[in-house]
Amino acid sequence: MADERRTLHEVKGVLPPPSERIPVLRWLKQNLFRSWFNAILTVVAAAVILVVVYGLLRWALTEARWEVIPTNLRLLLVGTYPLEQMWRVWATIYLVVFLFGFSSGLRGGLIRRVSAGVAAVPIVLTVLPLPWGTRGWILGTAAAVAVGLGLGYLGKGNRWSKRLETAGWLLSFPISILLLNGVGGFLPVVEGRNKWGFMLNLLGAVVGIGLSLPVGVLLALGRRSKLPAIRLVCTAYIELIRGVPLISLLFMASIMLQLLLPANIRPDLVIRAMMTITAFSAAYMAENVRGGLQAIPKGQYEAAYAVGLKGMLTTVLIILPQALRAVIPAIVGQFIALFKDTTLFGFIAILELLNISRSILGNLEWRGRIFELYVFIGVVFWILCYTMSYVSRRIEKTLGVGER
Amino acid sequence: MEKRKVVSSHAIPFWRDIRVLRVVSQIVFLVAIAAGIWWLLNNLQTNLRNSGLSITFRFLGDTAGFPISEGLTYDPTNVNVYAFLVGVVNTIRVAVIGIVLATIIGTLVGISRLSSNWLVRRLAALYVETVRNIPLLVQLFFWYFAVMLTALPLVKDSISLPGSIYLSRRGLYLPSLVPTASFSVWLWFLLGGLALAIVVYVLRRAQLKRADRPGIPIGWAAIALVLVAVAGWFIVSGNPLSIDLPVLKRFNFEGGLWLSTPFASLVLGLAMYTGAFIAEIVRAGILAVSKGQTEAAKALGLRKALVLRLVVMPQALRVIIPPLASQYLNLTKNSSLAILIGYYDLLNVGTTIFNQTGRAVEMILLIMGSYLTMSLFMSLLMNLYNRRIKLVER
Repeated sequence: MADERRTLHEVKGVLPPPSERIPVLRWLKQNLFRSWFNAILTVVAAAVILVVVYGLLRWALTEARWEVIPTNLRLLLVGTYPLEQMWRVWATIYLVVFLFGFSSGLRGGLIRRVSAGVAAVPIVLTVLPLPWGTRGWILGTAAAVAVGLGLGYLGKGNRWSKRLETAGWLLSFPISILLLNGVGGFLPVVEGRNKWGFMLNLLGAVVGIGLSLPVGVLLALGRRSKLPAIRLVCTAYIELIRGVPLISLLFMASIMLQLLLPANIRPDLVIRAMMTITAFSAAYMAENVRGGLQAIPKGQYEAAYAVGLKGMLTTVLIILPQALRAVIPAIVGQFIALFKDTTLFGFIAILELLNISRSILGNLEWRGRIFELYVFIGVVFWILCYTMSYVSRRIEKTLGVGER
Repeated sequence: MEKRKVVSSHAIPFWRDIRVLRVVSQIVFLVAIAAGIWWLLNNLQTNLRNSGLSITFRFLGDTAGFPISEGLTYDPTNVNVYAFLVGVVNTIRVAVIGIVLATIIGTLVGISRLSSNWLVRRLAALYVETVRNIPLLVQLFFWYFAVMLTALPLVKDSISLPGSIYLSRRGLYLPSLVPTASFSVWLWFLLGGLALAIVVYVLRRAQLKRADRPGIPIGWAAIALVLVAVAGWFIVSGNPLSIDLPVLKRFNFEGGLWLSTPFASLVLGLAMYTGAFIAEIVRAGILAVSKGQTEAAKALGLRKALVLRLVVMPQALRVIIPPLASQYLNLTKNSSLAILIGYYDLLNVGTTIFNQTGRAVEMILLIMGSYLTMSLFMSLLMNLYNRRIKLVER
């Protein structure tokens, strides 16, 4: 195409289109110094950036004592998870990472780019001053992605491989939890579940979203139901939960649950936190799903009835798949919010990342390393949340949600 | 017609009749919910009886007995319910100041993200992406524990800023205005000025409407108010307000207005965090106004500022208001994180009362009830405003 056009220009003597490239000076004038007001803005903004960057760099390179992070890295990430059981954490990571690889081998597109990121992270991480054993485990994750990718390619076109993929993702959820927690009789149960550090933040968000999705779908359907009793109860639940802060629900779970349950049922702290975050998230999920349901045109219902589908089947086969597809970005957004909210677990004496950092600060050796720890926590959350919001924006684009 | 109906109702057995099914399914659902609630309440009753408690709100009249360092005038000998009220007022104080600041930050950053200046645009985007993707609690801890409690000096060597403002680990001390004896007289002038301002506003509004011109004549009303207030200031004998400067005594400052460090960190953290979300809402709202509108306004010869104020903003507001309202609600709910940095908001006072009295059910009802009331009140206000703005649409 480009070649043809060039010949056309040469033959007929038509001028080529103006170059896309703008000279540096003109770019500066257009983007930075368009008017005197703009010039002042540029100077002020540049000054702000310089001061902040200079201050940060000077602190990070000279004053900060970063050894607090690598020394306590295990404590921060997995808390008191016993060293001899660490293979279970790695096995969980390998399982998830393998599934990423498998999916990208099977599908390509966005998921492949995500998997490339997943595989690139361990290679970057090995630069950090970590013990050689840990480096080996980390590099293994890249290998797991590769194995998954290979198997995915092989299975491409096979109709069983897609079912295998779905089953894998669905099963990975209970398998991970059983693997980490332990199963009576097979794997020893790990004690001190409330001190797992960053793992609890991740688990909290995954469990919260995973369990709240079905509940949220039911609540959303209930809120749109034609039956007034069901509609009223669902609406009341959604609005009550959305009207109060999560931390007050956590407070309620920490002191009220033992009053509301019979004396022989005493769920431990982590279970309580997970129940709370699920109940909380379900209300928000319901509103997201309701948004998706409202976006389905009436013709879809009518067409389904015309084909002879009954109410339940219409919902499950026709409406929900479309509605859920449309709200994937919103669900990712909720996942990010929930992930950030898991830092509130510290309120009910759960040692997640933020709270465990405070117990490290209580140690005399690390007193005063507060900036380093908070910057580290901020960066960890930032990287994960930013990546997820990037992925969600890409999904939005591929789904064309914005355009419809 | 009559005959066919009879036939059809005979043809469908009752367990497949949609009308019967509807009623039955609702009854089953309600019974299931009621059974669940009954089970929970039954457990509650058993558990309470075992620990020798009963549900009563009489403890609210007992002496609180714990200190609250800021907010309304309060003494540990005051009753529990008053202590709780102090907490509620503190929450409202944080929420109102936070909302105002967050709106200012959000609007500025949101407009900056659409600036024609590359550097400003990037800086605003950097701010939004950084602040949005870090948990609010981490930010609050950062401001409170890392910045305010370690980077600021002790009280005895406070940073003193011009105008008798002192900054230290204890907080920010500002000069405050204290009413004097002649204040009550001047208050009448103030009220009169307010009345005049309202009259001016209504008249000018009607005049604008007759001329079919847009605009909210808030400036005219403000001028009327200020004129009367200033006139009153000179007419009344002696200054109605005196300035109270904070003075460093042996251990601490006395006098003046005190904003505690937890309060300052909470307001700062909430305003910056919510401001980033509001910036995105403002940006989306402005982008939602089609470009033709701006071009048409420019073609009419309006200046850039007027284009924004008279053409873009009124249309953008319709898109902005609903999500903005939910951000305001979020800020109010997020102010409950105060408990983790030691500010006495309603949750903090509520849990303290619970710790003192052991009244779990009652305190949770009170706390949840307060938050729900605030949320409902706020969404009511926002819905009213939203409706008013929508009326402009034709």
